[in-house]
Amino acid sequence: MKKKLTPRAVGIAGARLAATAFLIGVSLVFLMPVVLTITNSLMSQSEIASNYGKIFTGVTTPGTYVSSSVNLKLIPDTVSFSQYSAVLFRSPDYLMKYWNSVILVVPIVVFQTAVALVASYGFARFDTKFRTAVFFGYIILMLMPYQVTLVPNFLVSDWLGILDTRRAIILPGIFSPFAVFILTKFMRRIPSSVVEAAKLDGANEWQIFTRVCVPMSKSIVASVALLIYIDYWNMVEQPLVLLRGDAQSLHPLSVFLSKINAGDAGLAFAVATIYMVVPLLLFLYSEEYLVEGVSYSGGLKG
Amino acid sequence: MPTSARTRPARRKKNAALHERRVTRLFLLPSLIGVAVFFVAPFGVVVYYSLIDNPISGEFAGLANYASLLRNIAFRQAARNTAVFSGIAVPLAVVLPLLFAVLLMKKLPMKSLFRTVLISPLMVPIASVVLIWEVLFHNNGVVNEWITALGGTAVDWFKSEYSQVTIVLLYLWKNIGYNMILFMAALAEIPQDVLEAAALDGAGTVRTFFRIRLPYLSSTILFVTILSVINSFKVFREVYLLTGDYPYDALYMLQHFMNNTFRTLDYQKLSCAAILMGAVMIVIIGVLFLIDRRLGRDIEE
Repeated sequence: MKKKLTPRAVGIAGARLAATAFLIGVSLVFLMPVVLTITNSLMSQSEIASNYGKIFTGVTTPGTYVSSSVNLKLIPDTVSFSQYSAVLFRSPDYLMKYWNSVILVVPIVVFQTAVALVASYGFARFDTKFRTAVFFGYIILMLMPYQVTLVPNFLVSDWLGILDTRRAIILPGIFSPFAVFILTKFMRRIPSSVVEAAKLDGANEWQIFTRVCVPMSKSIVASVALLIYIDYWNMVEQPLVLLRGDAQSLHPLSVFLSKINAGDAGLAFAVATIYMVVPLLLFLYSEEYLVEGVSYSGGLKG
Repeated sequence: MPTSARTRPARRKKNAALHERRVTRLFLLPSLIGVAVFFVAPFGVVVYYSLIDNPISGEFAGLANYASLLRNIAFRQAARNTAVFSGIAVPLAVVLPLLFAVLLMKKLPMKSLFRTVLISPLMVPIASVVLIWEVLFHNNGVVNEWITALGGTAVDWFKSEYSQVTIVLLYLWKNIGYNMILFMAALAEIPQDVLEAAALDGAGTVRTFFRIRLPYLSSTILFVTILSVINSFKVFREVYLLTGDYPYDALYMLQHFMNNTFRTLDYQKLSCAAILMGAVMIVIIGVLFLIDRRLGRDIEE
């Protein structure tokens, strides 16, 4: 089939071109913050001082050159890993905060997924009135902002004596209903014929769950774990409320990054980059899981 | 089941079903206990605290705590700012992702790359990019240099009536991808034959969008709207990371109010605020469910 150059075809091609150009522009804007953070982390301290001296006062020592205008540069004049070596070898504080993030987030991801996977089977297997009501309650709890949930969390932590310890964040995190919501939606779509077949083979409920339903849920479990991870890797509210006073030394990097002195702006770019390396690498390998997980969160009905 | 050996098969089946139901209830147990301990039970205490005079005397105070909270200047300021933010951010957080999603459903070169780029901020911790926001919007920052170069007057972005603009931009950057995925999923579910029929009838792109796509999307649009309203109430993280505990007045959000109240441990105030916020959320969610149900019925009919 030969395409004719009708006015309509030209119009469509033009619209397509315009749409592509528009999306290229939008994409550049979207990429910019991450790309600039990474490239700026490769600048030497003197270059940071000259580019941003007018913003991060304190980054300069007397006598250093400060450009009269702020230079937001995409490419460093000279690529330098000095900020990274400073972070890795001379400032153990940042590595400690990174470790704080890991030790808070990993247990939440693992156990929230595990608890939710078991519960989702229970919710999906029978639609009794009781379970529908409880599930509805979970949805409401899931949609509540921190302003609402942190007050009860704080009170319980206080009673249990775990306030200002990591458990004050980890334990409520494990029982957060988000994963239950998504996994139940998935489990409900497993055809009952599959379950019935396993029952005829003499499997009990636990065996149906572990040998039939869990293997079928592998990809959604990966999606859910990923969503929990990015949520908690970015946490700010819980540590601010639940880790006070001396326990502020337990704050994750997601909070601590903003407290880096202006004088260490160069370091801050490197730390910011280090903090987003793992999520970005995960993203390159798991974009489809992310999309699947988000799609499942759409719509409140099963 | 040895005891039911004499009963009829139907009865036995019923007993088996009952047994299964009991067993699967155990699956709910860990989650239920956790939710009860960390959320539901203490929330009961929160309600109690909101109604008493002070924790020591424990005298019933009626709604006096609520009244004093509603008179609290800081709380009103925070509520107003949060409402302003929602008013600006929510429409944008619905319309822009919808636009991007529609474009990405077309046959365009590099469209999977575009999708990847637009959802990538979902993965990036806000704390990692606030430095760039500071460089851009600082009083001596890049944006102001552009403005003055073009002959305009510089704006102190973080400390003026424009301060919410910076937060809205950061919020949109982070959240557009999520809503876009929801819209793309919904667009993909529109039956192809309906679209083809419209094309055969000579309906143009714009008409197809408003007559066919939009009605199919209405329930998703509603869901995304409510989700965005809820998420906009959560805006604090961005403000805190950019400007700390005591930001410019226009950036003082409800969570700032909560954090500062946590510091003084005023349980009455905290409890009232939590309950008020919760009540507002429940009203919003309730409206969502009602409209969702109605829309669902329309499509089935």
